[in-house]
Amino acid sequence: MKVLVPVKRVIDYNVKVRVKADGSGVDLANVKMSMNPFDEIAVEEAIRLREAGKADEVVAVSIGVKQAQETLRTALAMGADRAILVVAADDVHTDIEPLAVAKILKAIVEEEAPGIVLCGKQAIDNDMNATGQMLSALLGWSQAAFASDLDIDGDHAVVTREVDGGLQTIKVTLPTIVTVDLRLNEPRYASLPNIMKAKKKPMDEKTPADYGVDVTPRLEIISTAEPEARAAGVIVGSVDELVEKLKEVGAV
Amino acid sequence: MQFGLNEEQEMIVSTVRSFVENEIYPHEDLVDRTGEVPEEVAEEIKRKTIELGFYACNFPEEVGGAGLSHLEFALVERELGRGSMALNHFFGRPQNILMACEGEQKERYLFPAVRGERTDALAMTEPGAGSDVRGMKCSAVRDCGDWVVNGTKHFISGADHADFIIVFVATGEDQTPRGPKKRITTFLVDRGTPGFTIRDGYKSVSHRGYKNMVLEFDDCRLPDAQVLGEVDGGFAVMNEWLYATRITVATMCVGRARRAFDYALDYAAQRHQFGQPIGKFQGIGFQIADMITEIDAADLLTLAAAERLDRGLPANREIASAKLYASEMLARVTDAAIQVHGGMGLMDDYPLERFWRDARVERIWDGTSEIQRHIISRDLLRPLGA
Ligand SMILES: Cc1cc2nc3c(=O)[nH]c(=O)nc-3n(C[C@H](O)[C@H](O)[C@H](O)COP(=O)(O)OP(=O)(O)OC[C@H]3O[C@@H](n4cnc5c(N)ncnc54)[C@H](O)[C@@H]3O)c2cc1C
Repeated sequence: MKVLVPVKRVIDYNVKVRVKADGSGVDLANVKMSMNPFDEIAVEEAIRLREAGKADEVVAVSIGVKQAQETLRTALAMGADRAILVVAADDVHTDIEPLAVAKILKAIVEEEAPGIVLCGKQAIDNDMNATGQMLSALLGWSQAAFASDLDIDGDHAVVTREVDGGLQTIKVTLPTIVTVDLRLNEPRYASLPNIMKAKKKPMDEKTPADYGVDVTPRLEIISTAEPEARAAGVIVGSVDELVEKLKEVGAV
Repeated sequence: MQFGLNEEQEMIVSTVRSFVENEIYPHEDLVDRTGEVPEEVAEEIKRKTIELGFYACNFPEEVGGAGLSHLEFALVERELGRGSMALNHFFGRPQNILMACEGEQKERYLFPAVRGERTDALAMTEPGAGSDVRGMKCSAVRDCGDWVVNGTKHFISGADHADFIIVFVATGEDQTPRGPKKRITTFLVDRGTPGFTIRDGYKSVSHRGYKNMVLEFDDCRLPDAQVLGEVDGGFAVMNEWLYATRITVATMCVGRARRAFDYALDYAAQRHQFGQPIGKFQGIGFQIADMITEIDAADLLTLAAAERLDRGLPANREIASAKLYASEMLARVTDAAIQVHGGMGLMDDYPLERFWRDARVERIWDGTSEIQRHIISRDLLRPLGA
């Protein structure tokens, strides 16, 4: 079985995000970019499936700017077998919308015929949380979102999902789409031999036109604003004082 | 000329950086406070380093290493330099002088060291012979076909964990026009060899937990098979291999300085006095500017020196410049980082006071700043007859 793992290049989670002066979006010029952390978990899970003998090939895909090849190279260094880069934008500030990404992925899935698509539950840049679900709808495949545990058993997958207030375990028929949550696993470091091997692994380069997909945005961003700065706190000396202060501001 | 790292080098840097952040940082406070690295922590760092294929990555592939270039290895050590020396010691990088092993020595020392099965340390310094290495008193004399060693070495880092020590010992004296000159031989000495003891050294203000030990040789008998390189060839061995430790010092200083800088930059932006971030005061903002300028300069100087080695060019002077500048830069940067933090900089809530203490030794070990200046100036002036 083949596993397809879409990975997105996003602003590094350690970077302090700054909104561009004209409010049109987040400033990405000269900012450290990394693999979306949820996608890293997906890559890790895919490699574990291969190591457990439940998958035989891990293919990573990224759709975005040319520099996303660094993200794919990271996936290859972690242990993915090959990569597909779909260059869909020239400007790092252009975000390809989930529907366009899902359509491209659908075309890739039809070509590659994976048994499972493992995606991050959302990208930490725009938090859309939509691509996996849209892909499932477009393909007419089953889906299991927010996985915190995954087991492949014959022609189906048993997935534990993180839902409001607890965990839900479901059984889905393969092929399927699984979107992964934070607690599924702890991604590995790229080992030195794998870093050195990554360059020799195949990476195909494509464009949306190769898949007949139009990536023109359908959404318009009206404005982007930074969250309001948190007001300075005060240190209280006792529980009584705390209650007093909370009463003062009408919080209790 | 091309600046900037390629994809593999970027990944090496980011992997080692994550490793240091996740596997080293969490233990640093404990190690600094107690002066000890818990054994299970040491074992875990070592195991993970081996698993990741980074153990002994400074060694060529044909002996089981990763075959990194000097430049790549400098990048690895730069990122390690962000973390505690006591802990990153277990991210093993055996002395590359072990490449001088011949024949069966490779089986006994080189290969096990590269595999992480045996750990080494290196001993030159004596109570009476620091910068003046040739002034060493520790000596070996011939006796019934063996060598008998007597003397003391001190300040020997990592000897507490070492299974064997690479020791430089006087094996005679030549009369030269400039006075008597010691001949030096390098020996491989196993822990537990009769007549050889390793005992606790001094408590150092820098790098707590990275212990320095005293070695005593009392009629310690060693066969010829323990000689590394040629008899009386110790200086050749030193000159061929010991440049590496000075690049290590330089590049680790750069890594640590960047970590201190990150704290200073953050604090300058967050801390408000007189109704504005302190970074807006020129007095603080300009310190930030000077810090990053010096760090970048030291980084480039060091990587350029390492890259000369990769191209097979002479680099003695360049390495000395890098070691000198980077270690002195670190002293200024850690001092300025504390100044930016005001009183909080001195408190152990922040690691800055530790960086500041740790910085102090960098201008001393592996050749003091004065000795580096000596090397640089002699390299330039000697050809001119001065
Ligand atoms: C924590 C620690 C760990 C160490 N680990 C090791 C180790 O693992 N193995 C090892 O072999 N050694 C080790 N050393 C020794 C280290 O390399 C020496 O401390 C260093 O070479 C300086 O020698 P010294 O301390 O005896 O100082 P000295 O040589 O006595 O120097 C005293 C002062 O005189 C100056 N001076 C000396 N000669 C000259 C000159 N010609 N011109 C101008 N100034 C001069 C020096 O710069 C210094 O300022 C370690 C030292 C420390 C502090």
